[in-house]
Amino acid sequence: MPDLSTNCGGIKSPNPFWLASAPPTNSGLQVQRAFDAGWGGAVWKTLGQPIQNVSSRFGATKVRGLAGIGFSNIELITDRSLDVNLREIYETKKMFPHHALVVSLMVETRQEWQDIIKRSIDTGADGIELNFGCPHGMCERGMGSAVGQEPSVNQEITSWAVQHSTVPVLVKLTPNVADILPHGHAAKRGGAHGVTLINTIKSVIGIDIDQFLMEPRVDNRSTNGGYCGAAVKPIALHMVGALARDKSFGLPISGIGGISNWRDAVEFLLLGSSSVQVCTEVMLRGYRVVNDMVEGLEEYMRKHNFTKLDDLIGKAVPSFSEWGNLDLNYETVAKIDASQCIGCNLCVVACHDGAHQCIHPNADEKIRVPVVDESECVGCNLCQIVCPVAGCITMAEVDNGFSSATWNEHVNDGKPLRPKKGVHH
Amino acid sequence: MTDGIASDRSETVFKDFKSGFSREQALVEANRCFFCSDAPCIKACPTQIDIPQFIRKITTGNVKGSARTIFESNILGMSCARVCPVEVLCVSTCVYNGLDQPPIQIGKLQRYSTDFAIAEGWRFFAAGPDSGKSVGLIGAGPASLACAHELRRHGHRVTIYEKRTSIGGLNTTGVAPYKMKADCSVEEVAWILGIGGIEVKTGVTIGVDIAVKDLEQLHNAVFFGAGLGADTKLRVPGEHLAGVHGAVEWIESMKLARVATAGVQHCVVVGGGNTAIDAVREARGLGIPRVTMLYRGSEVKMSGYAHEWRSALPEGGCAEWQAIVTRFEGSQSVERLHCQRLDAQKQPISGSDFVLDAQLVLLAIGQSKLGTLLAGLEGIEIEGGRIVTDAHGSTGRKGWFAGGDCRNGGKEVVNAAAEGKSAALAIHAYFSGGKHA
Repeated sequence: MPDLSTNCGGIKSPNPFWLASAPPTNSGLQVQRAFDAGWGGAVWKTLGQPIQNVSSRFGATKVRGLAGIGFSNIELITDRSLDVNLREIYETKKMFPHHALVVSLMVETRQEWQDIIKRSIDTGADGIELNFGCPHGMCERGMGSAVGQEPSVNQEITSWAVQHSTVPVLVKLTPNVADILPHGHAAKRGGAHGVTLINTIKSVIGIDIDQFLMEPRVDNRSTNGGYCGAAVKPIALHMVGALARDKSFGLPISGIGGISNWRDAVEFLLLGSSSVQVCTEVMLRGYRVVNDMVEGLEEYMRKHNFTKLDDLIGKAVPSFSEWGNLDLNYETVAKIDASQCIGCNLCVVACHDGAHQCIHPNADEKIRVPVVDESECVGCNLCQIVCPVAGCITMAEVDNGFSSATWNEHVNDGKPLRPKKGVHH
Repeated sequence: MTDGIASDRSETVFKDFKSGFSREQALVEANRCFFCSDAPCIKACPTQIDIPQFIRKITTGNVKGSARTIFESNILGMSCARVCPVEVLCVSTCVYNGLDQPPIQIGKLQRYSTDFAIAEGWRFFAAGPDSGKSVGLIGAGPASLACAHELRRHGHRVTIYEKRTSIGGLNTTGVAPYKMKADCSVEEVAWILGIGGIEVKTGVTIGVDIAVKDLEQLHNAVFFGAGLGADTKLRVPGEHLAGVHGAVEWIESMKLARVATAGVQHCVVVGGGNTAIDAVREARGLGIPRVTMLYRGSEVKMSGYAHEWRSALPEGGCAEWQAIVTRFEGSQSVERLHCQRLDAQKQPISGSDFVLDAQLVLLAIGQSKLGTLLAGLEGIEIEGGRIVTDAHGSTGRKGWFAGGDCRNGGKEVVNAAAEGKSAALAIHAYFSGGKHA
């Protein structure tokens, strides 16, 4: 049985699946039900000065009939009283002593930070997460992403928190920055025990094209929201990976952003996260999604003979390279398995209109299996992506006789490059 | 009453065999479509509807554009959505079949968009500027309607001559009511005629009320789209008895009026084509306790679609394969059939005689060909009763064109629609003095 337990910056949990600070962690009854369902940890909905929320609050993209691939919210931090929240955190921690219970915080002044951290720790919580990320509402009041976008402010507030906290402090970073590294380092200089990323992305989820109004609609206007859901995973992976491979950084990472299932979670673990946080998928489908997450991760670990999470955390980090160090002489071409081809010709139109015009309809009109002109195929993968039959199109490596040569080697050492393909002289 | 269609008709007891899609169902199904390039379903459609494109337009809520895409290729797209044997046309070529997954329900999606268009009264086509040319069309069925509509788009004057009082041809008088009822066809006809300028003279029989040759004086071109003639007779003793009907004639009575089924315990349908299968299902649907199809060939040899026969079975249809009727008996109306079994070479097997009691017999062994109507005209070539034309519908006689069942011997509505439109383009090219592309 693989060991799924994890330790993220000193915060331990029976499995790496934590609920992110969000509506699913708004109350004690919710978090208790989540733990019963199998979640390993939860970051409580951000505490601070209780706010007043708007209606409506959420919006979602709809792609080919499926709502919520991308999701957005303009909800603020908790609107419940601090006393009630702290009491419920205390009760929940007593009921679930081995689960990770982290309290997310967002206040303004040093005194406020000191007070709220002390009261949070008194609940028995396992850690503190500093919300420097929300890109809507709170940032207009000088909090959330307004803090996360200024490394000096981030560092200063982090240092206050660490000074007053007896439990680990995670800093939740905003992705609304050009480069994540200075912000991770600011948290590190402030003494953080780990970072959480990404928070939501500043966004406009959509427009009601008949009412001429942005969504989500609050009477006759709207505001920019925080974008999340499956669609943001690539951005999150990029930022998690950037910090994970920075050898001078080295803090534990709690990965978050578009994790919908165990496969997504494994990707974050492989890129250096030691816990993962989930919100949107739970908002759309409920706590029960964790059942498959735990089971899927266990099966994955068995398949690869991983006995503990450390065996896989960060395992894909070394595969990142600068573009200039990619081998330009590595060559692949598309191969179509005629026995699997259903004749949809989606690869033909994709290659003709969107790529390099090297997949053609069969010259024999009765045969619907297209033909790849391998002499022009650039190996771009587009055909494989649009093919509806898994495994029908494969990208096969070609031995072209050229030894490896990167752009940097070509420029610096004059290493020869193979002839270009698909340029149609 | 819907424009001459009685409300009290036997066919009204039938419900749709394939129900229409709700918006949600249509969206789910439309979103499954791969949007194939050079799609096989388009090639399988006689009218070449751009199926992936009309389906994609459903997914974006552009139902009007979806309907336009359909009608641009086939102005009878609404009835075809209901009556097309999609199982052997577009749907049979859907690439999902190759994935062992259910193919896209193209007919139901087409019905979704076209029903919407006709219910909303959307119009997509306007008559072209008057060309000064006039075309006479014989028959008001799908071929002539498709031809007339296309001719109007090019500004030609159009007169349709129909011997019946109803318009729409077999769409109105012959389609199985669980696919489409007469009022639905009549509604489609009205929508097609909405382009304006199509004169329809009903109750006019060419060759009786107007001599065939006189049409040439009245019009610059003639389109022959008269369909098929009366039900073929068996030519066995007792066929004259009451209760023995031609199936097409009986179906027309059921669709436009009422047929008597009281006291009928057993109905025998003679034949093995699609009309025979329709008749079996219709007789069962009208409440006749036992209905038997009697066919001289074997089940695998029947010309009716296998998917239609499979649908008839759970409805209580049964069959006597490789058998023929030798004579009908009854005192006033038919009471029994004397039958005989055939071997694989369709030769009678001696001593295999058997008797079936039946109070209703429907003969679905074909219809006469109407080519003979034109047989006297110089240049018109008749082959097996069918009018011979080139690929675009031009006959050997200058200014004469043909399409639909009278040309193809009896195919689907969609074939008639394709041939009618094709002939219209040929007529337009003929008027323009140019060659047809």
